[in-house]
Amino acid sequence: MSASSNSGAFRIKGAGRLTPARTARFTFDGKSFTALEGDTVASALLAHGVHLLGRSFKYHRPRGILSAGPEEPNALIDVSRDAARRQPNVRATVQEVFDGAKIVSQNRWPSLKFDVGAINNLFSPFFAAGFYYKTFMWPREAWVKVYEPFIRRAAGLGVAPTEEDPDHYANRYAHCDVLIAGAGVAGLTAALSAAATGASVFLVDEQPEVGGALHYDAATMIDGQNGYDWAQASAAKLKAMPNVTVLTRTTVFGYYNHGFLGLVERVTDHVAKPDKSSPRERLWQVRAKKVVLATGSIERHMVFANNDRPGIMLASAARTFLNHHGVAVGRNVGVYTAHDSAYEAAFDLRRAGVSIAAIVDNRADPSEALLAEARALGISVLSGHSVTDTGGRLRISSMTVARNGGGNARRIAVDALIISAGWTPSVHLFSQSRGKLRFDDVNQRFLPDIYAQDCVSIGGCNGTDDLAELIDEAIAAGGGSVALSGENRFEWTGGMIGAAEGAGPDTTVKAFVDFQHDVTAKDIRLAVREGMHSIEHIKRFTTNGMASDQGKLSNMHGLAIAAEMLDRPIPKVGLTTFRAPYTPVTYGTLVGHSRGELFDPARKTPMHVLETAEGAEFEDVGNWKRAWYYPKRGEDMLAAVNRECRTVREVAGVFNGSTLGKIEVVGPDAAQFLNLLYTNAWDSLKPGKSRYGIMTREDGFVYDDGVVGRLAEDRFHVTTTTGGAPRVLHHMEDYLQTEFPHLRVWLTSTTEQWAVIAVQGPKAREIIQPFVEGVDLSNEAFPHMSVSECSVMGVPARLFRVSFTGELGFELNVPADYGPAVWKAIWERAESMGACLYGTETMHVLRAEKGYIIVGQDTDGTVTPDDAGLGWAVSSKKLDFVGIRGLKRPDLVRENRKQLVGLLTKDPALVLEEGGQIVADPNQAKPMTMLGHVTSAYWSENCGRSIALALVAGGRSRIGETLYVPLKDRTIEVEVTDMVFFDKQGGRIHG
Amino acid sequence: MVDSGANFGSDIAARTLPLAGFHGGSSAARLETAPPAERISLRARAEDVGALSGALGVALPVKPKTSSSANGRTALWLGPDEWLVIAEGNGGLMQAAKNSGVLHSAADVSHRNTAILVSGPGAAAAINAGCPQDLSLKAFPVGACSRTVFGKVEIVLLRTAEDAFRVEVWRSFSDYAFGLLCEGAQDASL
Repeated sequence: MSASSNSGAFRIKGAGRLTPARTARFTFDGKSFTALEGDTVASALLAHGVHLLGRSFKYHRPRGILSAGPEEPNALIDVSRDAARRQPNVRATVQEVFDGAKIVSQNRWPSLKFDVGAINNLFSPFFAAGFYYKTFMWPREAWVKVYEPFIRRAAGLGVAPTEEDPDHYANRYAHCDVLIAGAGVAGLTAALSAAATGASVFLVDEQPEVGGALHYDAATMIDGQNGYDWAQASAAKLKAMPNVTVLTRTTVFGYYNHGFLGLVERVTDHVAKPDKSSPRERLWQVRAKKVVLATGSIERHMVFANNDRPGIMLASAARTFLNHHGVAVGRNVGVYTAHDSAYEAAFDLRRAGVSIAAIVDNRADPSEALLAEARALGISVLSGHSVTDTGGRLRISSMTVARNGGGNARRIAVDALIISAGWTPSVHLFSQSRGKLRFDDVNQRFLPDIYAQDCVSIGGCNGTDDLAELIDEAIAAGGGSVALSGENRFEWTGGMIGAAEGAGPDTTVKAFVDFQHDVTAKDIRLAVREGMHSIEHIKRFTTNGMASDQGKLSNMHGLAIAAEMLDRPIPKVGLTTFRAPYTPVTYGTLVGHSRGELFDPARKTPMHVLETAEGAEFEDVGNWKRAWYYPKRGEDMLAAVNRECRTVREVAGVFNGSTLGKIEVVGPDAAQFLNLLYTNAWDSLKPGKSRYGIMTREDGFVYDDGVVGRLAEDRFHVTTTTGGAPRVLHHMEDYLQTEFPHLRVWLTSTTEQWAVIAVQGPKAREIIQPFVEGVDLSNEAFPHMSVSECSVMGVPARLFRVSFTGELGFELNVPADYGPAVWKAIWERAESMGACLYGTETMHVLRAEKGYIIVGQDTDGTVTPDDAGLGWAVSSKKLDFVGIRGLKRPDLVRENRKQLVGLLTKDPALVLEEGGQIVADPNQAKPMTMLGHVTSAYWSENCGRSIALALVAGGRSRIGETLYVPLKDRTIEVEVTDMVFFDKQGGRIHG
Repeated sequence: MVDSGANFGSDIAARTLPLAGFHGGSSAARLETAPPAERISLRARAEDVGALSGALGVALPVKPKTSSSANGRTALWLGPDEWLVIAEGNGGLMQAAKNSGVLHSAADVSHRNTAILVSGPGAAAAINAGCPQDLSLKAFPVGACSRTVFGKVEIVLLRTAEDAFRVEVWRSFSDYAFGLLCEGAQDASL
């Protein structure tokens, strides 16, 4: 054997498909290694004779590389590019080496070779399946202080990065006629066939190159050409076709309803210096008319004692490392198999100059063709034998072999052991598509049976073993016609599921079924003995198949062992359902573009920039950014709000009301429609007038409120709360379409059509006067609750005389693009007259001073108009409106309902806490009888004291009573009052 | 209501467009903000489509996902009784609809919406960063339109040419839409 010392002593010259001149440097646990471009971390380390990659999850046993693909349960590593770009739990068999990669092993301390946690292995009798369920039951308090911290520290594999992910991720929606998952012989053939019909085709494969099993199967010829070369040529041909998209390094991780699939494309994880504009990963969300599943099959390991030592790996993996990466997994390799495929791996290794210690075949009579080839290559075959144990500490050094049914055991020295228990069809995506499986008794495997979607499985995942048959099946699936012939060396037969000889029910050996979760054959048997009879229970009790590899290797073995214990046929024990994702998907991929400013739309009003320039602090109301208050230099929030509150009542204030929901209700039946949607009457409202309206739900509870202006007989301008705008429109549209479709009326959201500038205060009229044309603003001509279409600064506007402060007030609605200019002009004049800008906090205080409610703050979905003191807004004449029957329910008309009232603290300086509970007797025993709670509480600068609104049982009949708000450290005494704290006569509004 | 504004001399309000100052895009997908346009949301029953089409000077399409253009006006089908009519500049759409004399609802939404023009060979891919619709020419030919989603916001999408789209979006969602289109445009160029 000659080896390139540079890229590893186990690199075999002339073997594999990598280019010796193209190298990449990386470190593993701080030690530097040279790899070849195209190496995975696994193949690169194996090339240097490194088999020990990590410690196992529970017992901290030394672990190596089991597979050469995404099914890998063992070789999980931490990969980093720099301090911020670090990813734990990466499968070493998938991660391609890039120059500068920093690889670190996991789940070990202080070092991989000496790990303190390995003591768990000695205590393993205590960590049997179900250990946690049984041990951490009591005492109850121990959960918080002992058990949970302990479990949290022990739980989880790898360490999550703490820095913000500097990479970005992309998302792409796509559609196609045919999506083909898997680009092995079957997938490629189907793609060629489908592409020939002119259909739009997506061909997707998780590996860096197409080829699938041809990566290791070097003997197969397609159309007289080496199979792997044929695959690359076919992919090139497909890529050149305009109707075909070929995606490699892309995993179909989810198959959802109606041909919807989730794909993750790994764009830069293999690149040494990624282009900054490239996303790290791209999520493809594809809607396919038809799906062809060509996902192949996954080789299973043999379940026998100490089958988890580094150096033990699947035969097909060893063959991949040899035939693709040019790496020998050892110099003296043992083979343990129940299936023909391992023979070909042994033959390839032998031909590459590797010694084969023996092929141990647990079947009595392997095929004569294989035996003849073995003889020709000088390999001894021990048929009817089993490997009953292995030796070695950090790597396998020997296998113990015995004839089945008893007989002398002997140890054979090996430095690697390749194993095969046969092949499990990859039916994960089929199962995700809700397809039903059937059990193929002869070959001991589950195969697709009943399809739930327009989908077809071909090749290995369909149990089609014969190459010629597979090609025919693939051509048919593609729907076109191509001529192809295929030829392979040996027909493969054999396979077993469950524990092998020496790991049966009468043993206590550690024969691993699930490597990632350290589940042994013994654990599964224990689960059955403890009374778990369903595979769903056994799975959860043992956690078999519940690791991030989702039991790609372990499920069938676990099932067979359980079936054997239960003495029931496998289909009767059942198979757990495969769930998306097929392999782990990063959060970054799922988040995609939705981060930073694109996490959620921040809705800004047209005047946002001007508000910012005036020093506004903003608060979030739904997605809106609303100016909260405008602190001047040296002012805190309270000082700013106090000043704003005072100024509005003394002079005037300018307020941005643009976020208020607006709905244009148009049509000859508009008034009739509003009559049905609001509790009050609208047909009596004259054009040019507006009215405050309450909307209830069918159950009679307050849903929204707002001022509605009638612009014409057939046109209303409805306003809603800021947060309520979308749902009120949906609510209205819902009723219009389902209950009142006979009405000739239409609804249009105009929230964003208008910028709304509210000017409130004694000088409001004087401020806006010069800007308004076409309306007489005098009290007589334009009294409170008037509305008019007019012109403001030369642009068409809607002017409301309306007030949410109790002061003389106007709301100017101008087309949104004109908002900034009008705002600027009005503010300039207002400021010169001593007015202020005010934000939502001042608006809240001013309205509370007047006892105006805020739906959603003073109401909570269980409050009727009458509870809120708005019984006057419910028409007693109307025969129908949404909520009319609800309002008659006994509970809604009973005595002693919670009613909205005012509260004044006995100590005027104390401001109550919103949400504070109210009781009649603070000295009663706990739990106290709650009478209600505080809904709004503020310091009112205008009243010179604190004010509050509260929902209190029988509140209006308690006016004058003293109640209490008990807090943790004190009890606050309050007096129940009416809801109006300022200008009780209400004269100012008509100023 | 006509959006021309009376002549108010120097006091006339100036217009500030929601996406003023935004720029972006890539070699594959250019992004531009559309000039101001007049828009109405038009609602009417089937029997009045003819009269409204005549009055507006553009045939209101009755087939889903289609639009029609004439006389500087484009009518987009949004629903069985709903159209978005867009006119370049100030087209007097409200008055024109009124002149039809038939039952309808027209609401001026000129300022509610703004538009982003996406063009180039990667235009469809850029939009597909956030829009789940099939934008192949077969499924979404020139003139096709749809009220649809783009990331977390609603848009009205109109294909104006094989490699050009108009994205109509509510003004407060426009910077989000523009930002997502920038990322989509960048990804489409790779």
